[in-house]
Amino acid sequence: MMHSVTVTINGRTYTRSVEPRLLLSDFLRHDLDLTGTHVGCEQGVCGACTILLDGQPVRACLMFAVQADGHTLTTVEGLGTPDKLHPLQQAFWEKHGLQCGYCTPGILMTLVAFLQETPDPSEAEIRAALSGNLCRCTGYQNIVAAARSAAQTMRPAAGGE
Amino acid sequence: MKPAPFTYHAPDSVAAALALKAQLGDEAKFLAGGQSLIPAMNFRVAQPAALVDLNRLAELDFVRVEAGELRLGALTRQRQLERHPLVKRHARLMWEAVPHIAHPQIRNRGTLGGSLAHADPAAELPVIVTALNGRLRALSARGERWLDAAQFFLGLFTTALEPDELLAEVALPPLPPDSGTAFVEVARRHGDYALLGVAAVVTVLPAGPQVRLVYLNAGEGPVVARQAAEAAQGRALTPPVIDEIAAVAAEHDLQPIGSLHASPEYQRHLARVLTRRALVTALERAVEAP
Ligand SMILES: Cc1cc2nc3c(=O)[nH]c(=O)nc-3n(C[C@H](O)[C@H](O)[C@H](O)COP(=O)(O)OP(=O)(O)OC[C@H]3O[C@@H](n4cnc5c(N)ncnc54)[C@H](O)[C@@H]3O)c2cc1C
Ligand code: FES
Ligand code: FES
Repeated sequence: MMHSVTVTINGRTYTRSVEPRLLLSDFLRHDLDLTGTHVGCEQGVCGACTILLDGQPVRACLMFAVQADGHTLTTVEGLGTPDKLHPLQQAFWEKHGLQCGYCTPGILMTLVAFLQETPDPSEAEIRAALSGNLCRCTGYQNIVAAARSAAQTMRPAAGGE
Repeated sequence: MKPAPFTYHAPDSVAAALALKAQLGDEAKFLAGGQSLIPAMNFRVAQPAALVDLNRLAELDFVRVEAGELRLGALTRQRQLERHPLVKRHARLMWEAVPHIAHPQIRNRGTLGGSLAHADPAAELPVIVTALNGRLRALSARGERWLDAAQFFLGLFTTALEPDELLAEVALPPLPPDSGTAFVEVARRHGDYALLGVAAVVTVLPAGPQVRLVYLNAGEGPVVARQAAEAAQGRALTPPVIDEIAAVAAEHDLQPIGSLHASPEYQRHLARVLTRRALVTALERAVEAP
């Protein structure tokens, strides 16, 4: 049986009909063409599919699309645009926080929520926040550097952007 | 699509969820946080014919204190447990253990009841609820019953819940005065399932301290170290006595099965080291206790 789902994603409302077994990650990518959310393991380990559900980071591969009915999501497409990067994306650009970029959307969504809660994080806190996101390229050093730099520009006390 | 097909039900009351489960029977599963069930379905290790989604049951999502007991709804997210001031105040052991479960993204979905019903021997929450002598409330269309943790956890991924029963709530009684607790574990990376972990509860009594030790990943469920507790009876917890208790637990109480990453011998070694650490900390906290 098909179920109707209405979700607000990055400020836009979508209504679709889905099979219950459709994962939220596949719904975003295949049904809505929001391919910024990546899929690595589909068992919750890699973090590539991390998105915000009502403002909190979650694994899109460990929810069914039908469960998102009535909820508000943010995906990496909701952060910035190529012309106007989000301060976190700008920091990744400047600090070379990515190489192949496969892990990047999940890391950005994890960090955006983390920096909101922890505007002035220590390096240890940043590393703990990243523990659920695997990156096979960078060795994490530049990701941590980008997070620190973004924390500085995003902090209201520092004047924001 | 990865999971096998199933029918999906999202009741908006506990009564409706229980009626559905009674009607759909064994082939149906409750869906809580989905952080264990959905990976299993993605790999088709689990192929339930129907899911009864609990996520709309706000009545199962609560943290409150009643008659001195901490009452936790089964749908309380793990992330909420680690953040809630009442959990920190009334069940510091749980508050200390929860951040060891997976990662924040998973704890945002994963629930207390899901972890307890799943009964993974490597999971933190079954050990904590056992160490704190928690009671669990099971509901079905037939009625309700309360189970002690010792009756609830029956072994590898096995609990006393009947197919039509829902775990609704957990009650954690207060610890006796002059008690202290500690939780420690070792995992290969932060957020991985632990190679071994232990929860310690120490109560300082006039006749000498009382010790309760419960282990994760040391057998088929939460492992209560009875011989170690006996060895501790009425003895001052000096460093040599603590060493002895840790050795008794590691050699006699635990049945570690080992894994690719840790042989049973290494797990016993970890048990000694972690037991010492947990006892020292729990004792300090017992002595400081208000
Ligand atoms: C990458 C990763 C790492 C993890 N690491 C850890 C870890 O280190 N430690 C740890 O403890 N866990 C870990 N987990 C598991 C996680 O904590 C799960 O949240 C938990 O095991 C199950 O809770 P859930 O709410 O997600 O339950 P679900 O996955 O929804 O359900 C699990 C089982 O319990 C049943 N169930 C759920 N709720 C109820 C209820 N109220 N009454 C009756 N039956 C019910 C379901 O039918 C199902 O069989 C990890 C998971 C992932 C993906
Ligand atoms: S694809 Fe979701 S965590 Fe890896
Ligand atoms: S940049 Fe390639 S996986 Fe992280």
